[in-house]
Amino acid sequence: MIYYIGSFLLIAIGLYAVVVKSNLIKILIGLNLISSGVNLLIISVGYVKNGTAPIFSKIGLKAAMMVDPIPQALTLTAIVIDASELALAVAFVVLLYRHYRTLDIKKIRSLKW
Amino acid sequence: MIFVSWVLIILMVVLAIVSIELKNLIAAVVAMGGVSLIISFLFLLLQAPDVAMAEASIGAALTTAIYIIGVRQTERSEKND
Amino acid sequence: MIKKVVYAIFGAIIVLALAMFFAAYPFGKNKMAVGEYYLNHGIEQTGAANIVTSVVLDYRGFDTLGEVSVLFGAAAGVAILFFLAKEGRREERENLTKPNFVVKVGSRIIFPFILLFGTYIFIHGHLTPGGGFQGGSIIASGFLLLYLSYPGTRVKRSGLSVLEGLAGLTFVCLGLYGLLTPESSFLYNFLPKGQLNMLVSAGILPIIYIAIGFKVASEFAGIVDDMMCQVICRGGEK
Repeated sequence: MIYYIGSFLLIAIGLYAVVVKSNLIKILIGLNLISSGVNLLIISVGYVKNGTAPIFSKIGLKAAMMVDPIPQALTLTAIVIDASELALAVAFVVLLYRHYRTLDIKKIRSLKW
Repeated sequence: MIFVSWVLIILMVVLAIVSIELKNLIAAVVAMGGVSLIISFLFLLLQAPDVAMAEASIGAALTTAIYIIGVRQTERSEKND
Repeated sequence: MIKKVVYAIFGAIIVLALAMFFAAYPFGKNKMAVGEYYLNHGIEQTGAANIVTSVVLDYRGFDTLGEVSVLFGAAAGVAILFFLAKEGRREERENLTKPNFVVKVGSRIIFPFILLFGTYIFIHGHLTPGGGFQGGSIIASGFLLLYLSYPGTRVKRSGLSVLEGLAGLTFVCLGLYGLLTPESSFLYNFLPKGQLNMLVSAGILPIIYIAIGFKVASEFAGIVDDMMCQVICRGGEK
């Protein structure tokens, strides 16, 4: 139960950073916090009490006492895609800084007109 | 009643609040790396070793390195209010 | 001030909606529907001891192909952005701290072991926790260590791109070969399944994980190389 509340708090803190903050790096940190919160929520839905990892490594393991393998497969894909999206976003931030010499989105928006 | 997961989740939320409020940007992304590390350990407590290994190697190591290389070429502290 | 009010309303709605939806899924109860089928029939249909591997590569193999393409697109995007903006910050290069003796010698000693450990993880992906993505990113962290301790060193970009292209081609060609078998479906597991918990077992799953491991390692190493070259390279070009 505490896992659900922890991930809801992470999503709320990340949303605060995306909506309210005006520094570009803080906005990227907020996006990363939202992704981490959602991954934690997905894996904690698939947990079974007194379960074990879904790997048949020894002879005596039965399928009835394992946790759910499907959320783990979905989260694996999501983690890799988040990392590649972050690399592209940081490349954009570096090029924006070279053009405008500031990281503040209020000034970048107002330089348009 | 102090369980390991209670202490870790409270520490993770405190680190997340710290990382969006610090003015020094390099310290903020290091705190974000700390959040990824604690989440990787929580995945291990939830019996998911594949995902814990992926989050530790991709989320805590490569993500922090990419952030720091990016922040190094721009400003290092948040200047405004 | 207006942003904080907007956030307060929006955030409260989202957190309340999430809490209401997830009250129907109590923590720790067994709520598997499709997972039961995969756990009970996973070994005789795929032959891999790690059920997460058989879900990622056999039951949902097409999603893994999509993920590999997203990774390729992001690495190509980073390379294009930094190719077009060739002039780096030349005044950065003089105030790099020189790494001391312990870092230089220690990183040379530990780098082959990092490569060996990453290779072990993606070869045994169908028997122990691990796989192509985890092993590939461990190898990329080894290259990052070399960049940090010897500033100015580069990897050969031509070799990395040839390796990445061959690995992606292997994955797609193995999938297309499945269309020629009598079963006639993309990414069909056509090699014999073998015995449980042996290294050579589970059909084409170890071959696909080896290809994914090479591809992920070369792509993350290429991303790190592109970004570090903006800071460190002499002359600022490739």
